[in-house]
Amino acid sequence: MSSFLPPAAIFILGALLIPLVQGRLRQILMVGLPVLAFFNLLNMPEGTHFVYNFWGTYELTFLRVDKLSMVFAYIFVIMAFAGAIFAAHEKDTKQLVAAFLYAGSSLGVVFAGDFLTLFIFWEIMAFASTVLVFARDTKAARKAAFRYIQVHLLGGLLLLVGILMHYAETGSMAFDYIGLTGTASALILLGIAVNAAIPPLSAWLTDAYPESTVIGTVFLSAYTTKTAVYTLARAYPGTELLMWAGIIMVIYGIVFAILENDARRVLSYSIINQVGFMVVGIGIGTTLAINGAASHAFAHILYKALLMMSAGAVLYLTGRTKSTQLGGLYKSMPWTLLFGLVGAASISSFPLTGGFTTKSMIVSAAGKEHITAIWLLLTLASAGVFLHAGIKFPYFVFFAKDSGLRPKESDLPKNMLVAMGFLAFLCIFIGVYPGLLYNILPYPVTYEPYTGDHIVMQMQLLMFSALAFFMLLKFLKRTETLTMDTDWIYRRGAKYVVDILRVPIGWVHNKLGVIFLERIPAGLYWFSKNPMSAFRIATYSVYLTFSGSEQIKSRIQREKAAYPNNARDLSLSQGVLLILTLFAFFIASAYVYLRYIM
Amino acid sequence: MNKIIEFFERPQVGKMVKYTFYGSLVFLLIVEFFIEKHPYFSFAALPAFYAVYGFISCALIIAVSKILGKVWLQKGEDYYE
Repeated sequence: MSSFLPPAAIFILGALLIPLVQGRLRQILMVGLPVLAFFNLLNMPEGTHFVYNFWGTYELTFLRVDKLSMVFAYIFVIMAFAGAIFAAHEKDTKQLVAAFLYAGSSLGVVFAGDFLTLFIFWEIMAFASTVLVFARDTKAARKAAFRYIQVHLLGGLLLLVGILMHYAETGSMAFDYIGLTGTASALILLGIAVNAAIPPLSAWLTDAYPESTVIGTVFLSAYTTKTAVYTLARAYPGTELLMWAGIIMVIYGIVFAILENDARRVLSYSIINQVGFMVVGIGIGTTLAINGAASHAFAHILYKALLMMSAGAVLYLTGRTKSTQLGGLYKSMPWTLLFGLVGAASISSFPLTGGFTTKSMIVSAAGKEHITAIWLLLTLASAGVFLHAGIKFPYFVFFAKDSGLRPKESDLPKNMLVAMGFLAFLCIFIGVYPGLLYNILPYPVTYEPYTGDHIVMQMQLLMFSALAFFMLLKFLKRTETLTMDTDWIYRRGAKYVVDILRVPIGWVHNKLGVIFLERIPAGLYWFSKNPMSAFRIATYSVYLTFSGSEQIKSRIQREKAAYPNNARDLSLSQGVLLILTLFAFFIASAYVYLRYIM
Repeated sequence: MNKIIEFFERPQVGKMVKYTFYGSLVFLLIVEFFIEKHPYFSFAALPAFYAVYGFISCALIIAVSKILGKVWLQKGEDYYE
């Protein structure tokens, strides 16, 4: 027995213990599990472990430890720790269990050495995260959760079909580099693209995350998209298509975040934007770019969870998330504001924050490869990030016009502030001491973020973006609107499709109903009244079609008129004949079926 | 914490913040000439490239978003009801 466990096992078994304990003991368990998992990580040697045979032909590899999986595992466990502190006051058991199952299955994906194991954890993630959306228990949340799970089931199916085709083609289930080479790899890529929220497959994220609970959204913001980033970094590095997919995400996220009113939905669109940077990095595929994508995922989880926590704290105290209904909260929620500002500075890549030391690697990688268009668009997007997440989010929630709301920050559970403080500290820590993060990246790092050049240029970019924000402020006034996204297809478009199909489908349905529910039962009922006579009528009718004899015709009429009054017992020979005929009919149809249809 | 908030609420401090902001913009444009640049593209070495590019980017993003929102994307809150 080895001295370590698969981290997924710690979380999933731990999740099952949560309902069994209460109060202080539960809090200790929740915070203790990530700590245990963290020390467990330190104890895991590189290589593959926990390999099991499955059904004779497959091998399930639960633990493939290398630098790429470890960097994601570290941040997932740190995130679970911060999330557990943030959720320590929560009484709703199902949310806590779901959150731990979700975090655990994400770790399962990260350490999966083969596609089958990956797929199993992929699906647990989908279901656990759906529970987090359902848990808000509003009508909007329930509907969003149903849409969410359906999109993820579709994504999971694409992935599964891709995996099976890939296995049929190569005979290998190994989860390694595959690249975009054919239908199988394209299907796998599509399945992952759903979870990475690449438009037009992204609407599930901004539809469901803002409808989740205060705690749920914090967990959701971290895991699904980043496991997808990890999977892409493992299986599709250097795929040029991803470079452009990432650029679309980056721009798309900004445009929608600018238009959106709900603060948590603004932050959700900014997830798409930030994950876009990582996807571009994976598309570029150089060691610098992959390092950039991995480290940016690390930093992104910290500041995005922090931002979601501060928006969650506002929701907790005021019950509101719409920017139009908020404003002026700096007066009564200064700590939430302060931590939120650290997150905002970090997402905008201010020097001394995590964003500055990580995102810039991706932009530099584009510069180093002299991909001018990508570099220009990433730089544009860097300015846009500051605009929509860096200034817009804090400005409209905490400043702008005074909403008159004065929630008492002392009513906020202390643990929520502690969790925010912890993440704010880490955001600054990896900004000031990037070396610690650089040490655990997949490839050796020679990148130096703190050059005079880089600092001054980045500050110019950001400060002049701020100038643009305040000069154009009147165009950024919040409106009470929602922003139409590709979820229109299944929220509105599907209705039109149904309307169009209703007439032909309704007609067929009615016809089938008449045939199977009226004609056939009526016929059988008629036949059963006097089978012998009915049989005779049928035989005469067949005979009539060949001979056309008047005599037979009148005989049928007579028989029909008398039906079924002349019912009488069958003679033995008539009975045998009837049975033999039916039997012959049965044999003939069975023969036709087996010979020609099977 | 309350003291800090009160401090920033004073009108003269508000003005000071504003002027510090403008001052920092000027400072960033000047300090550019005193640092060693190693750009990936020749155009990125032009003076004030990042300032101009950042400003134009933001203006462009706001304009494009607003237009898209007005003519197409923004709907009433009960759109999906």
